[in-house]
Amino acid sequence: MNDVRVVVVGAGPGGMAAAAAAAESGCKVTLLDENAAAGGQLWRGASAEAPQTSPHSDQYAQWMKRLKASKAEFLPNSTVVDAPAECVLRVECEGRWQDLRWDRMILATGARERFLPFPGWTLQGVLGVGGLQALVKGGLPITGKRTVVAGTGPLLLAVAAGLNRAGARVLGIFEQATWARLLGFGLTLASHPDKLLEGVGYQWRMRSVPYKAGWWVARAIGQDRLEAVVVSDGHEERRIACDYLACGYHLVPNLELAQLLGCRIDGGYVAVNARQETSVAGVLCVGEPTGIGGLDKALVEGEIAGLAAAGQVGKAAHFQPMQEKMRNFAKRLDETFALRAELRALATAETIVCRCEDVTRGVLENCANGRASKLHTRCGMGPCQARICGPATEFLFGWSASAVRPPIYPASVSTVAADPESQASPPETSEMP
Amino acid sequence: MESSHQIDAPFTISVNGNAVEAAEGMSVAAALVRAGLPCRTSVSGEARGPLCGMGICFECAATVDGVPLRRTCQVMCRAGMEIATQ
Repeated sequence: MNDVRVVVVGAGPGGMAAAAAAAESGCKVTLLDENAAAGGQLWRGASAEAPQTSPHSDQYAQWMKRLKASKAEFLPNSTVVDAPAECVLRVECEGRWQDLRWDRMILATGARERFLPFPGWTLQGVLGVGGLQALVKGGLPITGKRTVVAGTGPLLLAVAAGLNRAGARVLGIFEQATWARLLGFGLTLASHPDKLLEGVGYQWRMRSVPYKAGWWVARAIGQDRLEAVVVSDGHEERRIACDYLACGYHLVPNLELAQLLGCRIDGGYVAVNARQETSVAGVLCVGEPTGIGGLDKALVEGEIAGLAAAGQVGKAAHFQPMQEKMRNFAKRLDETFALRAELRALATAETIVCRCEDVTRGVLENCANGRASKLHTRCGMGPCQARICGPATEFLFGWSASAVRPPIYPASVSTVAADPESQASPPETSEMP
Repeated sequence: MESSHQIDAPFTISVNGNAVEAAEGMSVAAALVRAGLPCRTSVSGEARGPLCGMGICFECAATVDGVPLRRTCQVMCRAGMEIATQ
């Protein structure tokens, strides 16, 4: 033991790698996550899937084994709500809170889907791409359901393939990026053979499903529930009757905790150095918050951050060529799946933009800026705290995210108000499942 | 992402007093969508279902066993669970 207390926030692949690497180096590590099990969004439910149906199950199992062996402590069902004092993190678990003290904190808070408003996007049956995938993994029967997958990003193909395997009738995949962009990206992928194979594998399985690049969902139609979607390439429109629309526009990083701590944000991502250190002393960051790059980027950054937190700077340097490669990959992803201007024109004056408070585009267009929209319309003031409408208003109107204030998730009054010196109910920890 | 219409070890949960089929390993949000039920009614009266599936959007928020604003996509069904939608 080297007595360095490391708290890792988020138990996806990046957080798992960071926790394992730090604990193996002798740090006292606490890894916490909102979910009941480690794995994050990518490995969600991987343990429950038969290996032949999930390309990720083997890797997940290997990392779980390493994590267990590392003796890192796992805190499930735990949401970070505040940083009430220096080197203290307040965590809520099923209505009870506790404060965790740290010498090094590693942020591995992942990403969420970006949603853009279009007419009909609030109908039941319209979900995110990862959203529908998560619901199916959570037991929603999809067999025989007519499903359209749309939006942008590598997730579209992966999820469509998964929905197909689960028995859905995938009627088409509509990617807003042009073929020219995608082909340029394909050339970059050639330098990442694992990813290329994965992509080809999906294409092959999906070869009976139309894949349209340069197409997007113009609107969804239905009364309360989705009945059809209208897709467009800007010249032509097609109506497709369906039960589910899975539509998401790539990913945006979860920056709330980094912002609350005062970490410098650069170009929409947490700025880090080669050791994954942020601008705030003792706070490191890995994975999607430093640039959307997926699994391999999160894992290598996690290894580096875990070692760096333990003071093993020499060992961390070993991973830096891979780290550099993955950072370039993340940049190419952003360029390839950049949003086309036509998407700004989809929402009409009547289209709801803020789904928590039902604020329409027409109302928002009368506001001078994001701050004014909060004051006058309550846009972004509902329980999601602008996590859904924030990226949308940024794209539509160029409004930047306003300052983050605690609690960063809705929490009970006692959790928010308690003095950081008072210690709450004893920590609830569990063995790795 | 395997699923089927047949559910193993079915039991029921109560949604606004009505019995709804559920199963081990099924999220409350999935049980609601499967039954064709909305998770909540929005400020302006729209019936809403889940959007993000990962606990971010709060579109699936409901009262679970008396605890308000639970994100039902993150809550697993248990026999006899009582859900009240707003």
